[in-house]
Amino acid sequence: MKFSFSAEQDEFRGNLRRLLAERMPTKEVRRLMETATGWEREGWRQLDIALGLSAIAIPEEHGGYGFGFAELCIVLEEFGRALVPAPFLATALAARAILHGGSEADRASLLPAIAAGDTIATLASAEDAGTWAAAATSLTATQSGDGFRLDGHKSFVIDGAAADLILVLARAPGSTGEDGLSLFAADATAPGLTRTNLPVMDPTRRLARLTFTAVPARLLGTAGEAAAPYRRTMMEAAAALANEMVGGAERLREDALAYAMMRMQFGRTIASFQSMKHKQADMLLEVELAKSAAYYAAAAIDEGDEDAEAVASLAKAGAADAYLQTAIHAIQIHGGIGFTWDNDTHLWFKRAKSSEVLFGDGQHHREIMMRNWAA
Amino acid sequence: MEHTESAVRAACRAWLAANWDPNRGLIEWRNILIDSGWGAPAWPKRWYGLDLPVGLVPVVEEEMARIGAVGVAKAGIRVLASATILAHGSDLQKEKFLRRSMTGEDTWCQLFSEPGSGSDVAGAVTRAEMRGNHWVVNGQKVWTTSAHKADWGLLLARTDWDQRKHKGLSYFILDMKQPGVTVQPLRQMNGHASFNQVFITDALVPPEMLVANVGDGWEVTTTTLMHERRGADGLRSWAQASPRPERIYQEERAEIATVMEPYKWYPQRAGRVDLLMPRAIETGAIDDPVIRQDLAKLLTMAKSAEWTARRARAAQEQGRPQGPEGSLGKLAASHIARAAARLHTAISGANALLTGPDSPHTGTIAEILVSVPATSIAGGTDEIQRNIIAERVLKMPREPSIDSDRPFRDVPRNTVR
Repeated sequence: MKFSFSAEQDEFRGNLRRLLAERMPTKEVRRLMETATGWEREGWRQLDIALGLSAIAIPEEHGGYGFGFAELCIVLEEFGRALVPAPFLATALAARAILHGGSEADRASLLPAIAAGDTIATLASAEDAGTWAAAATSLTATQSGDGFRLDGHKSFVIDGAAADLILVLARAPGSTGEDGLSLFAADATAPGLTRTNLPVMDPTRRLARLTFTAVPARLLGTAGEAAAPYRRTMMEAAAALANEMVGGAERLREDALAYAMMRMQFGRTIASFQSMKHKQADMLLEVELAKSAAYYAAAAIDEGDEDAEAVASLAKAGAADAYLQTAIHAIQIHGGIGFTWDNDTHLWFKRAKSSEVLFGDGQHHREIMMRNWAA
Repeated sequence: MEHTESAVRAACRAWLAANWDPNRGLIEWRNILIDSGWGAPAWPKRWYGLDLPVGLVPVVEEEMARIGAVGVAKAGIRVLASATILAHGSDLQKEKFLRRSMTGEDTWCQLFSEPGSGSDVAGAVTRAEMRGNHWVVNGQKVWTTSAHKADWGLLLARTDWDQRKHKGLSYFILDMKQPGVTVQPLRQMNGHASFNQVFITDALVPPEMLVANVGDGWEVTTTTLMHERRGADGLRSWAQASPRPERIYQEERAEIATVMEPYKWYPQRAGRVDLLMPRAIETGAIDDPVIRQDLAKLLTMAKSAEWTARRARAAQEQGRPQGPEGSLGKLAASHIARAAARLHTAISGANALLTGPDSPHTGTIAEILVSVPATSIAGGTDEIQRNIIAERVLKMPREPSIDSDRPFRDVPRNTVR
């Protein structure tokens, strides 16, 4: 296993970080989070195409650049750091679902438009219960002529109200557990599909509830065989989000440190007080541990490591705890100003909280670790 | 030899094929190894090395392990002594000590801490005075692992009481086998006695055993401490004796048994994370949802710390120097040890209270509980590690100092009030 990034990866990260610092200052994040979808299609398209971001981890034969999961995670870490409001995570995970669950023909027909930045996609699997476990799926898919009709609902769908293409996890009527699950692709404009933005606490990540009434949809891959590719997709979702989270956690830590170095009380900077220094040392340790796990998980996925599922869950649980704890410390270090709307800390605090819950909380992921390692 | 993995591997393999013989004596073999440069390949060519980049050292280790070749002596304080002498010692000191440290003929101890200076190592009051043509040393040192076996001690002593605190210190190599040095074992809360108190009364140090210059003692001590903290990142593998029958392995087994004696409870001190899963399965605690969550939390921390140490090592192998990052690993190791001890208690229940041969894992579980408190103290307390991280890594302002701006003789003495 490699424990360092290559010179090319470092350069890619450096360029991306500089560009985001320029184009996505917090002022711009605040402007976008007040818009209807939380981001702007044209602005995102320009950034995406300029950097080829959506194409990064899509295989070359489907119009992508064919880079690894590690490169995708570098983008996510930088996006988490700058808190970029964009449909990047949603589209990237939908592409992974197509890669793992679709047939060769499905991949050839859907991935090129995603790689080109023309299709914004999302994966709809959780429902009102708010769990991402495949077995909890209740939305049904009924065969109708040569196609399928979807009935039911999905919830907590990232960028679900604005996406062009919805990947839907559905089950055959009468099936239970992980049997009878299939992956479908539904067009956002399909008849019978209603999409409602949910009133979210974290305005930088939009979630939607979708209701399906006889929505025509296309089966991807083999009917009834979606449980395994979905599980793999969720493993990658955990690792991907872990990398996004450590980017945000590090930014919070650095900003809190900069503030402590500048804030004067009792005739000295508060950074000179031992209580602040010990807190910052603890924050550095937590963030560095979480970064190591997030990087390791990305590498484990790229290398097909047999521990990848446990490691991805470890990274997600570790990053969630580190991010939220760092956010709590960051607000505390800022004092009263840290509790105001004008101070930026709450933007990351909210992202930390929403990321902790998304794709399963720490308890859920720790149980996945134990199912892998304790047999 | 080119500095590429394949070239180094080929050269090392060829040399070992021509020279390795398990029927040689241990010291004889190590001298051959040292002369070849393969014993300390990252060291300079002039001093028993090959000037190899640190990143290629694992290749040499792999080649030696592949055929079971015995390496140079590495256990104990000798590694810190060698690193310090290599960085700051005179040519005479390098000649006299480096080879014999690597052959295992000389053993070392570290004489820094005193009853009155624990965290405040620079507050040392052991005094060294030049009388006639020798340094004469008087004072008391403590927490000295293996002092009763050591041939040489790395000694921090005050040479100038009119200088400021950190400037009045000097660093010496003390001959431990002399009448002025008395060693007494110190019994610990876990019943072991791997530390000692060392009483120094008119002990003599010849002038050529001063390391660096008079007044450089603190700088040299910092080098030793950084290497010590780096060793606390949890990646160190404990010396394992090979069971093979040839002469060299017999001699190595005897050496390891002696050298590792004071360290035999150290795995317990670190919390024995490796024993948690087997114990949880063995006791059935693995089915308890609270235990499962706590175990997963601990594994998250332990694995993340291991990967962090590997990241730090990979960065170092790419040519960045050894820095205070070692303190991160040491702090993580403290958290892990404490959490592991609590979880062992939860998993073993009342049986965790039992010691002796009939108890769980012949007393190992109980020994973990009474050994872990050392982790967050030895080698620099957690509080000192946090100061180091904050001040040296994060560049936060130092504490206002009230003891380093005046001659040391005017500073209030460290004591217990």
